[in-house]
Amino acid sequence: MYEIIWHGRGGQGVVIAAQMLAEAAYLQDFRGVTSAPTFGPERRGAPVAASTRIAQEEIRIFSQIEAADIAVVLDESLFRVVDIYSRLRKDGALIINSRKPLEKWETKGDCRLAVVDAAAIALRHHLSKEGAPVVNTPMLGAFARATGLVSLDNLEKALNHKLPPGQGARNFATVKAAYEETKLGDKP
Amino acid sequence: MNDVQIMTGNSAAAIGAKLSAVQVVAAYPITPQSQLAEILSQYIEGGELRAEYVRVEGEHTALTVCISASTVGARVFTATSANGLLYMHEQLHWAAGSRLPIVMCCVNRGVGAPWTIFNDQQDSLAQRDTGWIQIYCRNNQEILDTVIQAYRIAEAVYVPVMVCYDGFVLSHTMMPVAVPAAARVREFLPPYQPHTILSPEDPRNLNPVLFPWRRENSAGVLCDGYMEMRYKLQAALEKTPAVIQETNRDFASVFGRDHGGLFWEYLTEDAEFYLVGLGSMASEATKAADMLRQEGIRAGTVGVRVFRPFPAQALREAFQKARGIVIFEKGISYGYEGPLCSDLKAALYRAERQAPIHNYIAGLGGRDVKARELADAARASWQAMEKGIHEQPTSWLNCFTG
Repeated sequence: MYEIIWHGRGGQGVVIAAQMLAEAAYLQDFRGVTSAPTFGPERRGAPVAASTRIAQEEIRIFSQIEAADIAVVLDESLFRVVDIYSRLRKDGALIINSRKPLEKWETKGDCRLAVVDAAAIALRHHLSKEGAPVVNTPMLGAFARATGLVSLDNLEKALNHKLPPGQGARNFATVKAAYEETKLGDKP
Repeated sequence: MNDVQIMTGNSAAAIGAKLSAVQVVAAYPITPQSQLAEILSQYIEGGELRAEYVRVEGEHTALTVCISASTVGARVFTATSANGLLYMHEQLHWAAGSRLPIVMCCVNRGVGAPWTIFNDQQDSLAQRDTGWIQIYCRNNQEILDTVIQAYRIAEAVYVPVMVCYDGFVLSHTMMPVAVPAAARVREFLPPYQPHTILSPEDPRNLNPVLFPWRRENSAGVLCDGYMEMRYKLQAALEKTPAVIQETNRDFASVFGRDHGGLFWEYLTEDAEFYLVGLGSMASEATKAADMLRQEGIRAGTVGVRVFRPFPAQALREAFQKARGIVIFEKGISYGYEGPLCSDLKAALYRAERQAPIHNYIAGLGGRDVKARELADAARASWQAMEKGIHEQPTSWLNCFTG
């Protein structure tokens, strides 16, 4: 089983991203998938998290993830306010939306790092919501690249299923761009 | 054949109600049930479900509308949580006493005070003695399927059914759910044919004050008194386990999914140590049983689906070979112990072997309960039981006070 935590801020779409990943993973023949928001009320701009579990067999546990295999961070300023590492395995994968290049990131433990400038990709594709670049969908492309768990084809299907008609194609363009532009650290 | 969609527990319940072709819905929104009420109102407004949605000013009225609509022969649905359910309490008794086949979802949430919106099962457990059938679900597929089954059961025995599932843990978590075809559900669950309908053509005086003894009505027919009518409710509940099992078997043969009837078992074939619970925590406990198995403890899990009527005899048989039982509960009968624990102990009173039973209260007010923690508690109990410690005070898992 793979456990994934999505870190973002209220309004950035971590819950939708966690759901779209679950959809894509199910299409990828993972029989067990779950996605859950952080339970309770949410506030715009406040740190929020969502989770996805992916497994070959039906999932029987619904408790919150303690130590994720993969953490996806939509907003790098969260490192200052949330202890991202405390809920990530020491050898887990960390996928960050950042303008700061991969080489300049220092990570704790043995975690594998992937970095992509998702905000720049969203702006390049004129994908913004209420003035802010839409970063949740490009981060799905970064996820696919960094983990190999879901294909671009299945992400495209999940996007088209989840998003209102007409928005799928534009969002998928950012997924593809992020897939291509994600830089991977050299740790195995 | 089956259309699999990835959905929340609330969506699964709404689809279950839609496929059951309910005719009247009355619900008042409350977290974590709100989505369910919203989705149903959308179905009705959009014409997907031909039903009347009655807006009400509170839960007491929501159930009153359901009671009235059911009395005139409609298939009705409502849903609530926590303090909303408590506000319905009087009408819960009324619905069961009137022998109306109402189905309600209780999206389990802790009750105030102190205020919480998060999950435990104190709300529905506290309604144990209202005369309703209570079924607890362990995942979203079971929620959808159980709502459909609930109408078959309720309409067979004329007792209302409460379908309980954990707030947020299931209500807001998405997972794959196979949605059965509407035509096949219609075959499994034909339109409701009530034995009596109140109508202007056939006016009746229902539920008048009864005097302590039986009495002749105006036509000279000797009618049941209060005790006779209450006895009949109990008698209906006593025959309900067989109806639930038959419904479960039929459902499994039509739709290919068997949720276990009265309870479900996991790795119990050679088990000597049992982890027992209701709803999603019992599902979590299957993982705990896996962990204990890896350490050489022959552990299994029993998830009790039907809490009322309590399947005492079937559980007594299931635990025949038990050398130890731990019961995890998201609720307590304050001043004593977990209600499932008390009931199970009573059920085993006549068993040949009295397995030691330890009781853990866990996950109140949404406190997370992990498989690892269930395994730790169960292991400690098993070791104590092996040393002959058959009784221990009810323990509160992950509770930091004292």
